[in-house]
Amino acid sequence: MAELAEAEIENYTVNFGPQHPAAHGVLRLVLEMGGETIDRVDPHIGLLHRGTEKLIEHKTYLQAVPYFDRLDYVSPMNQEQAYAIAVEKLLGIEVPKRGQYIRMLFCELTRILNHIMNIGSYAMDVGAMTPFLWTFEEREKLMTFYDDVSGARMHAAYVRPGGVARDMPAGLVERIADWAEHFPKIIDDVEGLLSNNRIFKQRTVDIGVVSKEQALDWGFTGPNLRASGLAWDLRKSQPYDGYEEMDFDIPIGKHGDCYDRYIVRIEEMRQSLRIINQCLENMPTGPVKVQDGKISPPPRGDMKGSMEALIHHFKLYTEGYHVPRGETYAAVEAPKGEFAVYLISDGSNKPYRCRIRAPGFVHMQGMDFMLRGHMLADVPAVLGSIDIVFGEVDR
Amino acid sequence: MDTNSDNASALADLAEAIGLSLPNDIIEATVAGEDLTIIVQRPSIVKVLKFLRDDSNCQFTQLVDICGVDFPEREERFEVVYHLLSMNHNLRLRLKVFASEETPVPSAAAAFSCADWFEREIWDMYGVFFSDHPDLRRILTDYGFDGHPQRKDFPLTGYVEVRYDESQKRVIYEPVKLTQDFRTFDFMSPWEGAEHAHQQMLPGDEKATQDG
Repeated sequence: MAELAEAEIENYTVNFGPQHPAAHGVLRLVLEMGGETIDRVDPHIGLLHRGTEKLIEHKTYLQAVPYFDRLDYVSPMNQEQAYAIAVEKLLGIEVPKRGQYIRMLFCELTRILNHIMNIGSYAMDVGAMTPFLWTFEEREKLMTFYDDVSGARMHAAYVRPGGVARDMPAGLVERIADWAEHFPKIIDDVEGLLSNNRIFKQRTVDIGVVSKEQALDWGFTGPNLRASGLAWDLRKSQPYDGYEEMDFDIPIGKHGDCYDRYIVRIEEMRQSLRIINQCLENMPTGPVKVQDGKISPPPRGDMKGSMEALIHHFKLYTEGYHVPRGETYAAVEAPKGEFAVYLISDGSNKPYRCRIRAPGFVHMQGMDFMLRGHMLADVPAVLGSIDIVFGEVDR
Repeated sequence: MDTNSDNASALADLAEAIGLSLPNDIIEATVAGEDLTIIVQRPSIVKVLKFLRDDSNCQFTQLVDICGVDFPEREERFEVVYHLLSMNHNLRLRLKVFASEETPVPSAAAAFSCADWFEREIWDMYGVFFSDHPDLRRILTDYGFDGHPQRKDFPLTGYVEVRYDESQKRVIYEPVKLTQDFRTFDFMSPWEGAEHAHQQMLPGDEKATQDG
């Protein structure tokens, strides 16, 4: 037999996306492959770039709210909350207790909304069909609650600077309580399908390992940071709205692999349920937004009889309110990590600069170091586990 | 509130400590509300970041965000703003560096890996150049895009629009054609006087004093 000459293998590149079902939207990854393993990942993002930050500079403070729904479109209210807190800080106002509790309640519902979406689609990425169907049924119920308070299933524009748009309709508290009672069973069912599933574990355990040092160096936040073993949650360490009154735990992982990120999210949903139940039990009465006609619009009924209310309404929906000169940074623990708004006001009715710090943008950047040395088939596994939505990555 | 005043005094102490350690690298340190802002000499930014990361009194181990801000009326029109987080001390810190179109800012990627994409975004959006950056390409705009869209003098509508041309069988770029004029309403009230609200002139007030 002739001697086999050692063949020189040149790296070749594989194009993943932008139209790939596991790319979670519009991601183009240019993968440099050395044989079967990945040598380098170059994510090409920006295919969904809409210039949100620039658009907000041309809108009044109230008109900017709906843009935040459209960033990470599976967790809209947490982002509205970050923006609302930033504006409230500059205005120097405090939201009434009931407003804070409604915000917390809906932000935790949103966290579940986000995590079941992620877990369902993640399971589908690595080959399991059923969890996806089960979790989407629950999503539908949660979006009905969105619909009840805001009139929209997804793009709610419900959390506004100064509180929330309006009070919850009668009976909603009971409906959410009913749902919260049966939901733990769904988590158990999904866990029963995945957590000890041999195929699922083969696809996720020890894949995309992130050490503590790497997680800090690469700016990871949220479940991705906690999966690497750092107990850091802004709801605990820098509480906003009413989280300091809530009793809940921070789940952390040990290995920082894809499986730990999944497990952390599962446990976070249970903790969110605890917060939801506490909110429902202790829901205070009173107004849901600041009672200042210069900031929050008057009730519809008042406008029929009160000249002042009519003027306030007209002024708020044309000129909007002026925000004192200054700058602030407001961060919240969004389902995907630290979502923050850095707002600079020049004293006018429009933000001078509204920087949106999206967790997904930072996590996306980590794809390169996480995937080096892995196989091509691990790309969807790692991508799904860091919970990417392109609305916020590209802004 | 107690926690707020604790936080403010911790920030004031920190500002003093940093000022003593790096006297030649810091222009100004101010505590406003809950925020500590430090303006840093442009060439020293990497040194300051490394100091803040490693010093035991600081331990700002996470670079949360870098963003650009444009003030066209200033001589050095751009601000590059860094947000740092210290998990051990539960503190946040803001650093600022001034730059113009010509002056490069040293890349923070030497201190924090995550600075890479943030700086690419600022380069893309504002045209601030970062020296020693590992891979300074555009990141969010289209392949072959021209200009820096988040500058204040860049129009909101942009200059070109894109569509698929059936006859040429490819995507083409054309100058923006608006079917109606772009509407920017000026809602600034010319009749709300400044005296009773704030001592400063509010934007829009100047219209009250104009003729007609």
